[in-house]
Amino acid sequence: MMRSRLHVPRPPARPGEKPDFSYVAVSPAGTAARPDPNAPLNETEFLSREMVRVLDDNHRAVGPWNPHLAAADLELGLRHMMLTRAFDDRMHRAQRGGKITFYMKSTGEEAVSVAANMALKPSDMMFPAYRNQGLHISRGLKIVDLMCQLLSNTRDMCKGRQLPVMYHSVESNLFSISGNLATQFPQAVGWAMASAIKGEDRICATWLGDGSTAEADFHYALLFAQIYKAPVILNVVNNQWAISTFQTFAGGEGRSFASRGPGYGMPGIRVDGNDFLAVYAVTQWAAERARTGAGPTLIELVTYRAAPHSTSDDPSRYRPKDEEKSWPLGDPVARLQAHLRSLGAWSDEQEKALAQECEEHVNQAWKEANTYGTLTDGPQLDPAIMFQDVFKEETPSLARQRMQLAQELKERAQK
Amino acid sequence: MTQMNMIQALNSAMDVMMARDPGVVLMGEDVGYFGGVFRATEGLQRKYGEHRVLDSPIAEGGIVATAIGMSINGLRPVAEIQFADYIYPAYDQIVSELARIRYRSGGDFCAPVTIRTPCGGGIRGGQTHSQSPEALFAHVSGLKVVMPSNPYDAKGLLIASIEEDDPVIFLEPKRLYNGPFDGDPNKPAVGWNSHARGDVPEGHYRVELGVADIVRPGSKLTIITYGTMVHVCLAAAEKAGVDAEVIDLRSIVPLDVETIVNSVKKTGRCIVAHEATRFAGFGAEVLSTIQEECFWHLEAPVLRVAGWDTPYPHAFEWEYFPGQARVIAAIKATMEAS
Repeated sequence: MMRSRLHVPRPPARPGEKPDFSYVAVSPAGTAARPDPNAPLNETEFLSREMVRVLDDNHRAVGPWNPHLAAADLELGLRHMMLTRAFDDRMHRAQRGGKITFYMKSTGEEAVSVAANMALKPSDMMFPAYRNQGLHISRGLKIVDLMCQLLSNTRDMCKGRQLPVMYHSVESNLFSISGNLATQFPQAVGWAMASAIKGEDRICATWLGDGSTAEADFHYALLFAQIYKAPVILNVVNNQWAISTFQTFAGGEGRSFASRGPGYGMPGIRVDGNDFLAVYAVTQWAAERARTGAGPTLIELVTYRAAPHSTSDDPSRYRPKDEEKSWPLGDPVARLQAHLRSLGAWSDEQEKALAQECEEHVNQAWKEANTYGTLTDGPQLDPAIMFQDVFKEETPSLARQRMQLAQELKERAQK
Repeated sequence: MTQMNMIQALNSAMDVMMARDPGVVLMGEDVGYFGGVFRATEGLQRKYGEHRVLDSPIAEGGIVATAIGMSINGLRPVAEIQFADYIYPAYDQIVSELARIRYRSGGDFCAPVTIRTPCGGGIRGGQTHSQSPEALFAHVSGLKVVMPSNPYDAKGLLIASIEEDDPVIFLEPKRLYNGPFDGDPNKPAVGWNSHARGDVPEGHYRVELGVADIVRPGSKLTIITYGTMVHVCLAAAEKAGVDAEVIDLRSIVPLDVETIVNSVKKTGRCIVAHEATRFAGFGAEVLSTIQEECFWHLEAPVLRVAGWDTPYPHAFEWEYFPGQARVIAAIKATMEAS
């Protein structure tokens, strides 16, 4: 007898089982065609099923998507990725040592941010998610300033109001990170719509995770972006895991996240998110579409969250240990290093020196950041600062509460 | 001065602001070509173009989210949510994002978005076209919440709201669009042309947020209210023959505590009236403030007049609505208490 049956997706492997990534369809490098950025939708639709890859198994750049970046640009990209990784490792340890309350590493996903930034102009706006620190680092924010945010100290750009990692920078065109998921996606579309309304050529890019595509905000973003042909690049970072929720629970089973794009009428591109050159190339393609009035592009960056979701997470409870070692797309930093070597533009000595330089840079910054205070030691923010910025100007009722707190603190100090 | 109803006054406010500031854009369902289901944006797309008066998809969360993004890029969007009852899909964007962008970014970013939305009952809208959700927004740090009761205030308050660098939830009592309504559905409807506040300047002027209006001075009792209930309370005070002072709050955030406190200290008796449901309604906040600030001046318990704690029923609209009888009963109870 035929009858309905509830289907509950499950990941291919749980703790103690052998990692199985056979579900990830990987196209050989260089095989996906590169249509004109302004080609009609039906000529780009295949990009949502295949995978754009440039670096082949021998670490050479091949195929029509090869962006032919100069060795100096590749080195700069590598430097930013390695600095991001060194920063992540140090801050993860700082959290474990009780110096900061919370941290989120981007290990294994560095190319997603760093390569995208390189393909955009500094004047382009970004609405990041919480695992895009590579954007902030490659846009030149000082490591010490990021650390001051993590410490909620006297130099914290957020004045002690935000959970660690929720950075922003007006000068560097990086919007404030929310902490609520997916909300930035339709906001980025609105920003881009305004750019078009004003007739400016600045474009906008935004990121969210595979899990967050389940939120209505993701769908609002695609709908509004396509209706108004907003100059925006919509990036889905498919790192397979949303805390313990496998990407199939966001609808990734049997259909790529990129395929949502053609569903709304815009191109969707599935790209090897651990291939620096491929990420650069598809971002450049999408940016050209945006700048020439062709509208939005959805990019699915296929990658793997090698780190825990956050310092509050223990992935060994829901996925096989060392699963990342079996990840078919490898590691973005190691792959770019190998590519530079294949060009004869990189040596073991250079690599060692750069790693050491990054580590020293991070350690130096950490020392400096601590001199501006931590949550428990050194100079402290004035608690009265919590009443600022609720509104542009303090209301009488907030002023009364500020004075009430001052009295409370005075009495506390006298005890 | 020109005679305007509230819709014309709101339209004029947007017209004035669009002419003065190229950053002002309008968006919402049906607001463009058609001019809005209540006609508030009529003629504005023809005048300012379809890039500045945008017809939006039926996605309130998307409307508010994209308005936020536009404001970050230097525009001053005025988003219309067709009925306040439809605003909930946008609640996350309003509460978690719009209200806190200035705060969470340490003052580096701000989101000057105005959200206009018709509220309240009295038009046979049933439970999905009659709600007054002001308390849900007043409770959120970082939002200003406005509700005008007449055309003059509506225009001045809307101009001030659009000029605000903070987000404003601008609630429009739709029963007042075409005329003052004193709560008696059986009386012939009157237009704003017979009302002093239907005289509206054509140009730019502001009615400041956070400044209440004493619409009827009195010495024996204070009635604190806003929106449609301003007119109901005025009629009830007249009928009850009590020397009541009626205060129209005009904005509930910021709240004009000084005007409230001065009046209650003077009269010693007070009623707080709104159309929204009573339990945890905004009246409770006003009442607490009075209790804290005026307790030793009170001669009677402060009473609330409000909608019942039920959804707004279609068939029993006039049994639900806090009309003159409910206000008069409260006036009597307050005046008779010793």
